[in-house]
Amino acid sequence: MCHHGDVSAASPVEVDPGLDTTLDPDQITVLATPWVTIVWNDPVNLMSYVSYVFQKHFGYAKKKAEKLMMEVHKDGKSVVSTGSREEMERDVQAMHEFGLWATLQKSQ
Amino acid sequence: MSAFARHRRSRRVIATFSGFEADLLRSLTAQLVELLRNEAAVPHEDRDPFEALMDFSGPTSEPEDPVLARLFPTAYRDDEEAASEFRRFTEGALRDGKAAAACTVIETLEEAGLPPLLEEDGLMIDVELDEPTAEIWMRSFTDVRLALASRLGIEDGDEEYWNELPDEDPRAQAHDIYEWVGYLQETLVHALTV
Repeated sequence: MCHHGDVSAASPVEVDPGLDTTLDPDQITVLATPWVTIVWNDPVNLMSYVSYVFQKHFGYAKKKAEKLMMEVHKDGKSVVSTGSREEMERDVQAMHEFGLWATLQKSQ
Repeated sequence: MSAFARHRRSRRVIATFSGFEADLLRSLTAQLVELLRNEAAVPHEDRDPFEALMDFSGPTSEPEDPVLARLFPTAYRDDEEAASEFRRFTEGALRDGKAAAACTVIETLEEAGLPPLLEEDGLMIDVELDEPTAEIWMRSFTDVRLALASRLGIEDGDEEYWNELPDEDPRAQAHDIYEWVGYLQETLVHALTV
């Protein structure tokens, strides 16, 4: 779900004695409600270009980038990244730099 | 027709344009720069005059021009306040970035020998782009195509409509240019991925 796998789902009972109890509340919010970046279809951007942008910006392998691109093309939109609100704002801004139509919202 | 290719040994992205083609690319990117810098990047809504004077940050409402509205889409669909905040903090930088990219295209063409005023026939312009510059060109071609498409009202599956327009229709000519920049961009993406 989240970009950053460093905080995994807590195990139910055991508490690591060394666990830092001063968790950043923002971090907890991130875990509870991730945000997503959505790229929407438009009649202008080339399929090859959209796939290039997904590889370049997100570092996705060609296969994954093309799968997401086809979702945008056929379904009208695709969730292209997941993470904190701040991370998604950065992704959306980057997509706008590349001329893609992107929005962010809370994951549903 | 000119196209981009990857030079096998230098790994640079190369293309040769006629003077006419290079001049057309310069004209398109120059119009983009003008558009990006012209419309005042300030909110249109009524606000306290003092507050407006003291606010040096970016705009908060969607641009009125449909081209600019497409270049700077609303980031939050269901949250107007968050969308305004996002716009305030990003639109200025996005505008500057897109204008700078368009300027890079113009500068590269002129450094490659495109004179300020194209007069001679038969002039050929060879451009050689390193990878970062090629990517800047690619992004700027996207902006040019989005701008042309917004002005023309391009929609999915409307190819037949455009093909049936008489040649003398100015929109048919603009659409030809839109298609040409698309073709150039396709070859540019290909050159960058081989």
